[in-house]
Amino acid sequence: MPKVKLPRKSTAVDMTAMCDVAFLLLSFFILATKTKPPEAVAVMTPSSVSTKIAKEEAILVTLTKEGKVYLMLGDKAKKEAILEDINTTKALGLTPTELSKLKKMEFIGMPFNKIKSMLQLSEPMEPKRMEGIPIGDSTKNELNDWIGSVVRSYRGESMENLNLLVKGDNAAKYPAFKFVKESFKKNDIFKFKIVTNPEGVPLNSELALNPPGGPAPAAEK
Amino acid sequence: MAEMDTSSGGGHKKGPGVKKSKKMSTRVDLTPMVDLGFLLITFFVFTTTMSTPTAMAMNEPKDDPNNQLKVKNSGAMTLLLGKDDQVYYYYGELSPTDASNQFKSSNFKDIRQLILDKKKATPIGDLMYIIKSDKEATFKNAIDILDEMAISAVPPGHYAEVDMSETEAQLIQMTEQANGIK
Repeated sequence: MPKVKLPRKSTAVDMTAMCDVAFLLLSFFILATKTKPPEAVAVMTPSSVSTKIAKEEAILVTLTKEGKVYLMLGDKAKKEAILEDINTTKALGLTPTELSKLKKMEFIGMPFNKIKSMLQLSEPMEPKRMEGIPIGDSTKNELNDWIGSVVRSYRGESMENLNLLVKGDNAAKYPAFKFVKESFKKNDIFKFKIVTNPEGVPLNSELALNPPGGPAPAAEK
Repeated sequence: MAEMDTSSGGGHKKGPGVKKSKKMSTRVDLTPMVDLGFLLITFFVFTTTMSTPTAMAMNEPKDDPNNQLKVKNSGAMTLLLGKDDQVYYYYGELSPTDASNQFKSSNFKDIRQLILDKKKATPIGDLMYIIKSDKEATFKNAIDILDEMAISAVPPGHYAEVDMSETEAQLIQMTEQANGIK
């Protein structure tokens, strides 16, 4: 019987196509990634199993390692109204130019009595050098007034629109956080969110075994 | 005229034994390049998903002195957060005579099992975790313990943050001294 001769094929595959795909994907990911802007105030957030994504446009209270409190008014539409409100209610006596200067600042972190002198400086102050908004027991807590102004600017709207975030450093002390919470409570805000790093749900935990929104436990008969 | 002899010496002719220079293939092995490409892709994919911050919802109760929640002694577990990532806990109410025996120390690694044991041993209607933070506790501790509640799937409304009492603060201090925590 004549043997069928199979032609011996080379095992080398042409890699060009694969290389193209790999680099196409690579360039896509590099371009699609939003580069993180360098943070003016360094904060290492704690981690949680929460999977909700923190929104960008938010009223953000930042709590640093040293216990300083900063306020960021991320909701641009409301920023002007909030700053004008705080100017009149706390009688800061800011001129319109000073107000617009303040509006350009990302972080607010000065006691009321020092805001005007800060704005009169020729160069904008670095957030790191600010003193932070004073917090403490009732009257000393200037964050109360800030949150009050924020709430007033959202008046007439559903409170769902108010996206209040707290971003705290791991090493911040608990009392500072407590004062922040108190200033929210004073203004009748009972719902807010905490910025955290995502973290995997531990295996075999209750949450991993019965994820919320998953199959509901069998109904009673 | 004198002629230079170029035929001898250094120069040698191409004889029949000398090979012609071979035409090189223009194909390059792309395997390492593909490897590198995919390595970079994996790196970027991982780093991007890690950095998106998430938000943990917090719901604070309204402080109302007329409407205090009554908690059953049998269903209550109090978790106290202290210095240096320590967690202290006791069940029910602290009795003035036996407080030091009731008061136990733990840490964030072991507390999950304790929370779970309590949850399993108690009818859900009675279950209540009371969280109290010392002034030396950190923000991380406060978030971690709330996260533990989420991990152990304690339904909302069955845990609450409460201010620490003087006795408890003293007990923590005493335990810290005994355990040598600075």
